[in-house]
Parts: sequence; structure tokens; C-alpha cells
Amino acid sequence: MLYFGKITVRLKNRGERGGNMVLDLNVSIRENNNIPVIDLEGEIDVYTYPKLSDALQYVFETYPNAKDLIVNLDKIRYIDSTGLGVIANGANQIKKINEGYINIINATPQIKKIFDVSGLISANFKIFDSEEDAVTNLSK
Amino acid sequence: MTNIKLTIPSMSDYVGVARLTASGIANRMKFTHEDIEDIKIAVSEACTNAVQYAYGDSPGEIELAFSMFEDKLEIKISDSGKGFDVEADVKTKEDDPEKIGLGLGIVFMRSLMDHVDYDTSANGTTVTLVKKVSS
Repeated sequence: MLYFGKITVRLKNRGERGGNMVLDLNVSIRENNNIPVIDLEGEIDVYTYPKLSDALQYVFETYPNAKDLIVNLDKIRYIDSTGLGVIANGANQIKKINEGYINIINATPQIKKIFDVSGLISANFKIFDSEEDAVTNLSK
Repeated sequence: MTNIKLTIPSMSDYVGVARLTASGIANRMKFTHEDIEDIKIAVSEACTNAVQYAYGDSPGEIELAFSMFEDKLEIKISDSGKGFDVEADVKTKEDDPEKIGLGLGIVFMRSLMDHVDYDTSANGTTVTLVKKVSS
């Protein structure tokens, strides 16, 4: 796994129940079956979205011929319009360059709901329940 | 009715603080998990708009006033910035893929809350968000 060094800064604050509460976004990049995978952890909002934007640009530069890119939301607890906007822009970019897609995996029901409300799913993304599901379908 | 007020700088760093405050208040009012998530997004979107549009390069303040009624939570999010045209803003952002997230914020607020109202002028903007407690 390649840790995307310049965007792994992690801020921890005291949580409401005394535990650690991460109000930041951690990003790492790896491959699965030659498909680049961006693993995200934390919250994506107006403060953290530049890290996701940087990661997408990094992947587009590192994998210029990639037709698919997987974005793993397994550890994302919150995403709003700024995060969706960055993913939508990334999807436009990969479509323009390689006729490719951004493939979202492991989205919670709440996150699926806001993708749905945004009306962006059919136009820009594919959504899979799991990484295995995505890799199997994309490798066909 | 119980009132809680919070003032944050209009900087992206503090939008999460507003979101967590909203979450704590909604939790205390026994909103469902799904409703709490909706409220967090709507509050975050209103604050994000204020951060990005209200003050230009010189950050000001964003005031949040939470009014806890028996059957609903009303949240007023105010800035003293330059104001903006909500409808024109949605249209512009939807037409510009680079800024698609910003127009979506208004779409989310309208979709996730029971009532949304904007009062905007050259002296600032107040967004009122209302979520009813599910019976």
C-alpha cells in the first residue's frame, strides 16, 4: 500500500464521549488487480476536500491510462457537497481522458442517500457494495 | 423552548465544529440517526456557503442559533457578509462542473430538511433550517 504522504496529517480532538474524534481525512493509495484504489478515512467537507482532490490528481498522473478508479468509502463517516463535487469533477476528468469511471465502494446507506439526492450517480459514478464486487465486474 | 448559540469564524476549519454541535443538540432531542445525519449535512452546507461566499478574503463570523422546540429543531445560520442570489447561484454552479459541489449544497439543504428559508441582502445572509421530530 502506498501512503500518500503529504495528505496523511491527522488531527485528533476529544470526542463527545471522551474518545478520540477525528475531524480530518486520511488518504492512502494502492492497487487491486491493476486498478488504483483510493482508501479514505474520516470526514470529507470544505476543510478536508483538497486532500481528496490532490489524491485524485495524483492517481490521474500516476495511472494515465486507467479506465477505472475505485474510491473506498468504508471508513468515511461523513461526506457533503464539497466531497461529492470533487468526486464528480474527478469522474468528469477520467471520462474525458480515458472514457473511464470512478467506482464507489462500501458507501453507508446515508452516503448512498446523498449520492441519490445529488442526482449524480447514473451520470458519473458506478456504485458497488464491496471491493470484491467492483474488481470482479471491472475486470471482465 | 431552549436556545443555544454558537459563533464560529468563517473559516473552513470550523465548519466541523458547527456540524458536531448540531449533532449533539439533535441527539439530545432524540432525533433518529438518519435525521441527525441530515441535520449535520444541512448545517455544514449552510456554513460552507457562508465560508465561501460571505466575506471574500477577510473572514468574519458565522452565528448559529439553535431553537429546540418540542416538535422541531430550528437553526438560524447568519453571516454579515455581502449576500448572494440563491437561485442564480444554484444555476451557475450546476452549469459549471468545477463548482458543482457548491450548488449541490443548496439542493441538499432543501432535500434533507423540512423547511429552508433564505434571507439575504447586502448586509448579510440568514439561512433558516427546520427539522421536525418524527412522531
